[in-house]
Amino acid sequence: MTMSPPVPGTPVAYQDPVRQALARRTARRNAFVGMASLIGFTVVVALLVTQTPGWPAVQETFFSPEQFADSLPGLLEAFMLNVRIFLIAEPLILVFSLIIALTRTLRAPIFLPLRVLATIYVDVFRGVPTILVIFLLGFGVPALRLQGVPTDPVFWGTVALILSYSAYVAEVFRAGIGSVHPSQRMAARSLGLSVLQTNRFVVLPQAIRNVVPPLLNDFISLQKDTALVSVLGPIEVLRQAQIDASSTFNYTPYVAAALIFIALTIPMTRFADWVQGRMARRQRAGGVA
Amino acid sequence: MTALLEVSGVWKSFDEHSVLRGIDLHVDAHQAVVLIGASGSGKSTLLRCINGLETVDAGRIVLDGDVEVSDPGIDLDRVRRRIGIVFQSYNLFPHMTVLDNVTLAPRKVVGVPAARAREEAVALLDRFGLGAKAGEYPDRLSGGQAQRVAIVRALAMQPELMLFDEITSALDPLLVGEVLDAVRDLKSGGLTIVMATHEMGFAREVADRVCFLHDGIVREEGPPAEIFNAPREPETRDFLARVFG
Repeated sequence: MTMSPPVPGTPVAYQDPVRQALARRTARRNAFVGMASLIGFTVVVALLVTQTPGWPAVQETFFSPEQFADSLPGLLEAFMLNVRIFLIAEPLILVFSLIIALTRTLRAPIFLPLRVLATIYVDVFRGVPTILVIFLLGFGVPALRLQGVPTDPVFWGTVALILSYSAYVAEVFRAGIGSVHPSQRMAARSLGLSVLQTNRFVVLPQAIRNVVPPLLNDFISLQKDTALVSVLGPIEVLRQAQIDASSTFNYTPYVAAALIFIALTIPMTRFADWVQGRMARRQRAGGVA
Repeated sequence: MTALLEVSGVWKSFDEHSVLRGIDLHVDAHQAVVLIGASGSGKSTLLRCINGLETVDAGRIVLDGDVEVSDPGIDLDRVRRRIGIVFQSYNLFPHMTVLDNVTLAPRKVVGVPAARAREEAVALLDRFGLGAKAGEYPDRLSGGQAQRVAIVRALAMQPELMLFDEITSALDPLLVGEVLDAVRDLKSGGLTIVMATHEMGFAREVADRVCFLHDGIVREEGPPAEIFNAPREPETRDFLARVFG
């Protein structure tokens, strides 16, 4: 399959046959070496682990196929609660944190109280461990026995996640807003756009685009942290695994629960990587910021 | 002739560094006034003050005899509709197509219906040879094209006064010509222009008046022939000698 070189100056890609063959050989060799290395490494690790004196006991306690099959349906059902918490919390976090981030960028003196409040909020909720917020709200608020206030632990666990994550995500948004060059704001204002219009049409669309990868990262983290709500008692996947494990003295349900989380977070992680890669390529191709 | 723009005794400093030191500038309607001077002489700062992008420390900037831009209480958004500005670094909105860049302000600020804004934008883009680029994003444009889009974006607001802040300084030398052609076109259309530039040949050709800025004031001004051929002030002579090597 030889191709005669195109006329010089023609806008096509051309590589001479010898180099083409070489490139194909190199690619094949790289793929082979990579695969062989991966398989070899896996075999060595598996051998090392299974040769340890405690392996049979560990295998029975953590990797029991029967226990796995028994607990999986119940765990999946319980996992739906985690999914529900996540699906409710995430959109509210996005809205709430964006409002906080915007509040922190307001410069007019009249907004000082709002700005101070937003800053305190972010400082406090970023400083307190999420699990503590869940404890305090989940046990504290229902104990007040206020009329009309829900006592459902799932409700308060979700609220705690929203409060805690909004503080983080607000900082991500704020960094995004800061990453938009001031000249963009200046250009918008010079055209007669108000501060509000400048934010809405010029600054925010660029800010949000800049922070999509870290936002996806926080989504993944939130998916996992829905398990923290288990400390309040509702039967979500971790709680279910605990129940299964304590009734059978076998830890396989924990491994199963971990696999369920991984099954959801890995696609999300790959998606985040893909988005990040695509944006990096676009940045390289373009460059005008 | 009434002055479209009257700058009188304007002072402006950043921290301890004073950039404008009581500057005066008078621009008649349909005139093109070119500001020359070394970097840091205050050209950009003056243009930004005229557009209200910087507040002045003292003095007055009056547009069309009645609107005082320098009045702290004025609605700058209304003033800015009447004064267009184009920057050295284009500052196009990278997340919008060329067409959206041009129609954003007419639609959102003036309230022009989308269809009409689009029509007018396309006509303007055509006039500056950019019709084929309407659907492109700014990162697909050459510097010269981007800067012409920036000019069209400012023009779409139908300003009475256009400010150009060293609009060719960031361009590849091969692309300077197409941008200057656009300015020449606007000048012959009768638009009032204040332009800061280092393109002395162009200043000589299109300027009605050239102002040499030095130490925060207009040190010398006059018709281009006078300034370039027979400068009176030693600073002007010195500057021109350095520019023309």
